[in-house]
Amino acid sequence: MAVLDAKNISIVFGGLKAVTNFNLKIENGELIGLIGPNGAGKTTVFNMLTGVYSPTSGDILLNENDKGDNYKSIIKFKPYQITKKGIGRTFQNIRLFKDLTVLDNVKIALHFNAKYNALQAVLRTPAFFREEDSMTEKARELLKIFNIQDKENEFAKNLPYGEQRKLEITRALATNPKLLLLDEPAAGMNPNETHDLMNLIRFIRDKFNITILLIEHDMSLVMGICERIVVLDYGQIIAEGTASEISKDPKVIKAYLGEEADLGA
Amino acid sequence: MKEVAQQLINGLSLGSVYALIALGYTMVYGIVKLINFAHGDILMVGAYSGYYVLNTFGVSPLTMVIAFGVSMVVCAVLGIIIEKTCYKPLRNSPKITALITAIGVSIVIENGARVLPFMGPNPRQFPTFKSVSRVYGGVSISNVQFLVFGVTFFLMVALYYIVNHTKMGKAMRAVSYDMKAALLMGINANRVISFTFALGAVLAAAAGVLFASSYPSIDPLMGFMPGLKAFVAAVLGGIGSIPGAVVGGLILGVAETLTKGFISSQLADAVSFGILILILVIKPTGILGKNTREKV
Amino acid sequence: MNKKRLFNPIILLAVSIITFVIIAAMMFTGVIDEYNGQLLTLAGIYIIISLSLNLITGFTGQLVLGMAGFMSVGAYTTAICIMRLNIPIFFALIIGGLVTSIFGIMIGFPTLRLRGDYLAVTTLGFGEIIRVIMINLGGLTGGASGLKKIPVFYDTDDFILYEVIRFGWVFGFLILTIVVVSNLIKSSPGRAIISIREDEIASNSMGINVAYYKMLSFTVASFLAGIGGGLYAIFSGYLNPTTFGFMYSVNFVVIVVLGGLGSITGTIISGIAFTFIQECLRVFEDFRLVIFGLALIIIMLFWPRGLMSMKEFSIVTFAKKAIAGEYSVKKIIEKCSVRIQAWKKKREVK
Repeated sequence: MAVLDAKNISIVFGGLKAVTNFNLKIENGELIGLIGPNGAGKTTVFNMLTGVYSPTSGDILLNENDKGDNYKSIIKFKPYQITKKGIGRTFQNIRLFKDLTVLDNVKIALHFNAKYNALQAVLRTPAFFREEDSMTEKARELLKIFNIQDKENEFAKNLPYGEQRKLEITRALATNPKLLLLDEPAAGMNPNETHDLMNLIRFIRDKFNITILLIEHDMSLVMGICERIVVLDYGQIIAEGTASEISKDPKVIKAYLGEEADLGA
Repeated sequence: MKEVAQQLINGLSLGSVYALIALGYTMVYGIVKLINFAHGDILMVGAYSGYYVLNTFGVSPLTMVIAFGVSMVVCAVLGIIIEKTCYKPLRNSPKITALITAIGVSIVIENGARVLPFMGPNPRQFPTFKSVSRVYGGVSISNVQFLVFGVTFFLMVALYYIVNHTKMGKAMRAVSYDMKAALLMGINANRVISFTFALGAVLAAAAGVLFASSYPSIDPLMGFMPGLKAFVAAVLGGIGSIPGAVVGGLILGVAETLTKGFISSQLADAVSFGILILILVIKPTGILGKNTREKV
Repeated sequence: MNKKRLFNPIILLAVSIITFVIIAAMMFTGVIDEYNGQLLTLAGIYIIISLSLNLITGFTGQLVLGMAGFMSVGAYTTAICIMRLNIPIFFALIIGGLVTSIFGIMIGFPTLRLRGDYLAVTTLGFGEIIRVIMINLGGLTGGASGLKKIPVFYDTDDFILYEVIRFGWVFGFLILTIVVVSNLIKSSPGRAIISIREDEIASNSMGINVAYYKMLSFTVASFLAGIGGGLYAIFSGYLNPTTFGFMYSVNFVVIVVLGGLGSITGTIISGIAFTFIQECLRVFEDFRLVIFGLALIIIMLFWPRGLMSMKEFSIVTFAKKAIAGEYSVKKIIEKCSVRIQAWKKKREVK
């Protein structure tokens, strides 16, 4: 049963064809990697899947039913609506809420599921206190998974880079997604941190029963955890398959390295 | 019909002045992404500079040229001083800080002028030629209006030449496109920015003299409204776009004059702002503006 | 848990009542003379409007330069309700707030997609448009010559009693404003609003309907500003449309920025300071504005984050600590010596 089906989506900016005929059917529980040289259009694909951009042609279907099949098009929806439908994401250039605390950053992602409105907040009804405690609990649990719970009252801008990345992922996870899009989660991490991240990603996939699509340049991570890899170059898919398949694909090698070189897995 | 044509000419005359001011706004915004709130007040300083020249030496074609020259120099210097002391330190600050500083500069200039004895709070009569009009097919164009059209045309040609055919112009375009990249290419961004401010101030100075010639009463607060309307014109035409500022200025001048002539003079101001709101709702990038996407 | 929930409001109520009683006493005994009493009341009105501006600018990140326009809508509406429709003051104020919030929605809606500078100038334009409308609705608003002889809060010949009552009205609504803004901000919708200021795109991607919360902020802020305007109408007794121009809006921007965008306590402190300093500077007449402008420039260059930055002074925390004995002389000396030691160490290292 598929979670998402991107059917032949393309997007054109001015005269530039950023992405052309992108097709991807993501099955429930998969861990897929989206790779390609810089400027290939990977983040643009993410932006289309999350409603930040609208594809100029093609359709994106999201399965709204967990048990059966109920595919609905999401290309006309705004980002917040798509997030509510179950797609969460992180950003390539970290977009944390810098002047807010770590805890608040996560709590904001819990907001659309909060069970009280502004009026109840102003009147400080019992529902307010109940929900606030429950959200704080949930946020702390998520922070614990990424081992940053001790910094809950730090301002996001004061965290070291690696922890900021982790906070990005925690925040995206707090939106309770079915499908999690991670944009270069390991950027700027050293091999140890990357190794921990790999385990973390597998862990959250299993624990929360979610599907993950990630963009990465770090090949050890991609080859290490991705079950399926899609390779993008100049906006088009040039190869798709398992880690060993695509590492031997001459088109992929050419895109990254020019002619005649071995990528190695 | 003749009435409309007459008001059209009047509108284009006013619009030319707005266009000159709008050019200053749009160039500065294009290069440092700042709305220079004090820009309208530079118009006022230009008007007063011209006033002093013409008051001392009388009105004649020669003294007019001197008046333009002096006001342009004074305003260019003022523009550069303001930029270096107040805006440059805030180049990396949040927008709201720079905006409030600009408001502060405007307040200082306006009220400074009110306090200074040689400018003073009371309006002064701007010396002009005796008004002589020529009539073409029922539409009369005064010598002042000829002056406006002539000077505006000349300045715009000069501006076009500077921006498109000189090294400095190329540098201006580069910095407005991407400041960091321009710096990496060895462009002295500070000098380019100062030049841009000076250029905008020169145009505003000319606009000041022309405005004062058209409506010969000058006072320290005279720049506020034209400045605001010129900003609307810049947005209307597409902020950051030089041809846009011209188009926007002319459209706004005509709209305002037609409103004053055929509907009500009180509503003329409201019409200008109404146009602003309309364009921001329909096409925020303006008539000739470019669509800049924020990278996500 | 339940104790905490009841405790906080009780402390706040107690502090409010105590403050009012102290000020009223000072007014009755003449410690605060009529002149200063008037200023204090005006400061209260300014704080209400500045808090509403802080909500939309400091917390939501939307720079609004036309606050005076909103204030004038509330002022005229309240005055008309009292004078022409004989509505009691309290309800006239509420209606003033509601009408202003309708204006807020009308203005908020087209400006949703605008970024910082554009939004600022558009709201400035709206402020001017409102001013023109007020002048042109002669029949209703008294036109260019203004609206005169607005009835007072309470009919009495006793100056001092009236002063206290007038201050009481303003103080009451001020406390209400503080509670509303504070409770809204320290909640999930409040965090959603703040996230818009921080990063609109990220906020949207975290499931927050940015347009809705911008509108919510606009609506609440304009409601409060309308009430501030209504209070001003009764306070001043007379409304002149030319008062509510751009420079008047700038006053509120200055108060908010000086106190610190995103700080409620900052706004309160700087509102009081601003009102009194503005009075003191009136001696200089036109020079006053030159000083004002220079002060703006200097503050923006050197202290752009304002007095309190985004921090708050929590009365509840203060009161709790006071009760727990944190502020005894011994403890204060302890804290000072700790700080001095740390500072000494820093110097040695250097």
